[in-house]
Amino acid sequence: MSTQLQSRVQPSHRWAGEREEIVLEGVGRRYRGRRGTEVRALSDVSLRVGRGEMLAVVGPSGCGKSTLLEILCGLAQPDEGRVLSCAPAVLMPQRDLLLPWLDALDNAALAPRIAGHSRAQSRRHAALLFEELGLAGFEHARPHELSGGMRQRVAFLRTLLSGKPVLCLDEPFGALDAITRADMQEWLAATLAREQRTVVLVTHDVEEAILLADRLVVLSPRPGRVVAELDVDVQRPRARTDPAVTSLRERALDALGRDQRR
Amino acid sequence: MTAGVARTPGGWSALPALLLAGALLGGWEGYADLGGVQEQVLPAPHAVAAALWNNASLVFHNFTVTAEEVVLGLALALGAGLALAVALHLSPPLRRAVYPLAVGSQAVPVPVIGVLLVFWWGFGIFPKLVVIALICFFPVLVTTVDGLAAVDPDQPKLLRTLDASRWQAFRFAELPAALPAALSGARIALAVGVIGAFIAETSTPTTAAYAGLGREIITDAGGFQTARAYAATAVLIAFAVACFYALALAQRRLAPWAVPSRGDTR
Repeated sequence: MSTQLQSRVQPSHRWAGEREEIVLEGVGRRYRGRRGTEVRALSDVSLRVGRGEMLAVVGPSGCGKSTLLEILCGLAQPDEGRVLSCAPAVLMPQRDLLLPWLDALDNAALAPRIAGHSRAQSRRHAALLFEELGLAGFEHARPHELSGGMRQRVAFLRTLLSGKPVLCLDEPFGALDAITRADMQEWLAATLAREQRTVVLVTHDVEEAILLADRLVVLSPRPGRVVAELDVDVQRPRARTDPAVTSLRERALDALGRDQRR
Repeated sequence: MTAGVARTPGGWSALPALLLAGALLGGWEGYADLGGVQEQVLPAPHAVAAALWNNASLVFHNFTVTAEEVVLGLALALGAGLALAVALHLSPPLRRAVYPLAVGSQAVPVPVIGVLLVFWWGFGIFPKLVVIALICFFPVLVTTVDGLAAVDPDQPKLLRTLDASRWQAFRFAELPAALPAALSGARIALAVGVIGAFIAETSTPTTAAYAGLGREIITDAGGFQTARAYAATAVLIAFAVACFYALALAQRRLAPWAVPSRGDTR
């Protein structure tokens, strides 16, 4: 399934096909604020993400995390620094943005349809993964009939079916209640264990980042700069109560707080 | 899963409308019979019904003429309104150029150009369709332009990261987003389309044997055949109401996601 989708991916001209799929060097980005004042969203961010790695980007609200993902997905260009390498990346936005006029299956199957496959073919394609992702029985439901967690699953499947090697997840569970969020974190970990992709996960939830990611990058408040990088060397599946997890959490929170005191 | 199923109105939903119409007719009947108004001024409902019965063939033939004009004129208005709306949406300079003209077109009293239209297209149905379309395209244009502009700006962005072309983003996001508004515009257009047909018939000369309900109403009202004029008007009203609900039904079918769960306003 995944290999068939991967084969459609056309490497972009920036992508050398090396072991590191993303290399950013000193990237910064400004934009014009409402009153014409210049706002610096990102400043001097250097990142490397290896193939199949899951990197979590943690930072306070408004630190330019979403801007970083837009740069990775080619929706925005950096004003400073360079994107030395970036494999084709697809964005899963903060809001699920499911199209209300399509049912769950059509929403999930959007990427194959855009790639030129017929509607029936695209739906069959998506239907194969519905059961696996815990969506069986909801194929014909419209988005407004789905719970928040189910909507995120459909949105994630839509992202997955784009077949691109890099997934950029922008606070995928930010709008969910605590219990659903915990379920969805387990679900995402299990899904990504089967579907090998490179993932950049943006979140403001340090615990979520440690439970899911291989590595953590902590950004400062705006303009976002990298203030800490932590490897998460903990056996999966990870438990919130694992001492290794809690000590990493303290270190990450310390990095976030230390910066805020300055 | 059942929460989103659109509730279709049950058998009793038409009751308030029927009760109100009955009460109004009763009041009218009482006023016309006991109020001392002459039949030439205000015919009683029973006199209107009798006029309709006695002139059924004439009214029916004129009705088919007018109904054809309304349906075709509305189709022309929808086609022109939707196409123009898409063009104005895709090109802001075009929007700035055309919008004032479109607004201005609504202020033109149709009889001014009626003769010109007949000069161009003859005594057939087409000049009438142009008049109806001229009156009806405007609500379709305005609602559709607004509907297209109201698309969630993040949706086209999302489609772009899925490698959608401009046309695909339009087809998957903007077009369906604008559909409910466009259909609401069509319903407004229909409501003005019936009076548009009246204006079209009375402002363009014709040689046809049956000139439509509008012509008939003008002739009857001038010739003291008031009851028949009212009968023809009743047919126009019934036609407008039937078309309006047919379009509401189409809206339910074409854009079920936009139907409010309490659908009792339709």
